[in-house]
Amino acid sequence: MAKRVDISVHHVTRVEGHGNIRLRASDGKVEHVEWQVPEAPRFFEAMVRGRSFEDIQTIVSRICGICSVTHSMAAIKGIEDAMGIEVSEQTDKLRILCHYGEQIESHILHVGYLVAPDLLGQKSVIPLVKSHPDVVKTIIRLHRLGNTWMEIIGGRMTHPVTLKPGGFTVLPTEEKLRQLKGMMEDAIPDLKALAEVVLGLADKLPDFDRDTEYIALSGPDYYTFYHGDIVSTDTDEKVPVQEFERVVNEYVVAQSTAKWCKWHRDSYAVGALARFNLNADLLTPLAAQTAKAFGLKKGACNPFLNNVAQVVECAQVIEHGLELLDELLTTGIKPEPVKVEPKTGEGVGSVEAPRGILFHRYAFDEKGFCTKANICIPTGQNHANIQKDFEAFAPQIIDRDQDEIRLLLEMLVRSYDPCISCSTHYLNVEFV
Amino acid sequence: MAKLKTAIFDFACCEGCQLQIYNMEEEILDLLTLVHPVEWREAMSDQSEDYDVAIIEGSVTRREDEKRLKEIREKAKILIALGACATIGGVNKIKNHFEMEEVKACVYGDDARRPHLNTYPTKAVGEIVKVNYMVHGCPIDGEEFATIVRCLAMGKEPKIPNYPVCVECKMKENVCRFEYGEICLGPITRAGCGAKCPSSGMWCFGCRGFVDNPNVNAAKDVMDQYGKTIDDLSGKMLLFGTEQEQ
Repeated sequence: MAKRVDISVHHVTRVEGHGNIRLRASDGKVEHVEWQVPEAPRFFEAMVRGRSFEDIQTIVSRICGICSVTHSMAAIKGIEDAMGIEVSEQTDKLRILCHYGEQIESHILHVGYLVAPDLLGQKSVIPLVKSHPDVVKTIIRLHRLGNTWMEIIGGRMTHPVTLKPGGFTVLPTEEKLRQLKGMMEDAIPDLKALAEVVLGLADKLPDFDRDTEYIALSGPDYYTFYHGDIVSTDTDEKVPVQEFERVVNEYVVAQSTAKWCKWHRDSYAVGALARFNLNADLLTPLAAQTAKAFGLKKGACNPFLNNVAQVVECAQVIEHGLELLDELLTTGIKPEPVKVEPKTGEGVGSVEAPRGILFHRYAFDEKGFCTKANICIPTGQNHANIQKDFEAFAPQIIDRDQDEIRLLLEMLVRSYDPCISCSTHYLNVEFV
Repeated sequence: MAKLKTAIFDFACCEGCQLQIYNMEEEILDLLTLVHPVEWREAMSDQSEDYDVAIIEGSVTRREDEKRLKEIREKAKILIALGACATIGGVNKIKNHFEMEEVKACVYGDDARRPHLNTYPTKAVGEIVKVNYMVHGCPIDGEEFATIVRCLAMGKEPKIPNYPVCVECKMKENVCRFEYGEICLGPITRAGCGAKCPSSGMWCFGCRGFVDNPNVNAAKDVMDQYGKTIDDLSGKMLLFGTEQEQ
């Protein structure tokens, strides 16, 4: 009798948002494999029309709870680009620093709470509380660091309130920044311990390479999450973020409420591994050392290594964050009242979300009311690549037990750290 | 005491309120002595149809989601709406100020007619099924959530503030946002957040919904005193206050 494999995962667990996996195979031959996105679309680009520039950040932050600082920053940068607003060096440094808090919070949430159970053979972090109490406590301490970090600069953990076009509503005190510095320094041993744990489990990550185009921000002269141009591993071209539409090339497919993207190939990937592949030469010492311990090198194209790249980036943001804090504390925090006069214009803001490059475009009328918006989300950019990975990976594992195939496909989706509710917002507007 | 079998389900939202549950850090371990989570898709691979408490995050924006919500309500003894999207519709309701066909065309262009992209005007959870308790806010406050869960486990009625944010803001000795020439929804919005936004230099945008009987006359007096109009106010109320007008 022919051996049949029939897998239907309705709403993959331990990811943000709703995604389905379908696979049919017969006699070791994959007949059909599909990554589906049935998430309810929320239409943010339509909803911001008519709203004041000073309310945009409050609205679009709600695209994603896990990357709310990232969405706020992309919106604010887009507004500043549209209205020709320059910000001070202090504002720039504080924003980069606040954004780092979200990178570590999100990466630890992903590696610690969502992926670790797979590597330790459990269905969630809850059994790990008993079986691996020290690991769970380390994860909790690092997660709290990310949250306190965002709270000190952004006013609260999720959906920041101090970030606004032109600067900050309220600046963190030097005392709070010194407190943050102490917490970051104390976190380094925890981070090393977590890296050791992940390293010990790295052989559980499937061995699967697929040559892939990676896209991220790059420049100026450090490992960037906030400034820079769009770059790809396929070319030497640097594309200004204002021209992001010619990179993302969005299109609609029947299996997804989120659009798919492609640039030089049928699909591309964004996220920690993409940033690593494009910017690894700029890593800080501990981050570079962490990558070396894992044997992670530029050119890596195993999607499961995105989890390792996230651990490397945790070291990166703590080390570079400490440098920025030293600079800020040396010059001292100076009061900078912000007054923005709205004006007509159009602009783009791009930053790296923990899960990859994010683009926001806005147009405003002369009173500062939004007339058009276009938002392109990292997970949206990864969906096509997840499908292409499925098509290459499924035949390699099809001889295994059905439950194991299912788990491996779920792990593949999780490795992208998808933020699916984010990704179902996109727009098809021609800007004139 | 038997642990409360609890399931968490998400609908249209940013999942930031579930994130506040993670953000309780060690305190989750404490809550796990009272609660037995049987399904929580964002955190666990376990699934169950047998639960006492269903926690619903997010709004309903599609017919198929309405059906799913009703099925959950039938199985649960207690249903909790978690966060602004569930309690009042949240920012998802800004959509209701537009024609649905136009909203779809704006976002999906020529593909808007495809069936899998369908949508209808956003509804809060209480517009479809009976809600027993509400955890307000965008996002929720982890402490308040923990208090409500503890009360349920001990059979007590949780006390949710029914006075405006201004009360908590005054206690923090903040300068009123109206003094800065801003519009603030503090006078009509339910407290319980500790006036977090005004304390961080931001006006209140009403994410906890309005108090049960807002003192509209007093709010109007404040508006008059600072030379603000109803138009100024409604532009801000629209963010979280759509269809709550009384």
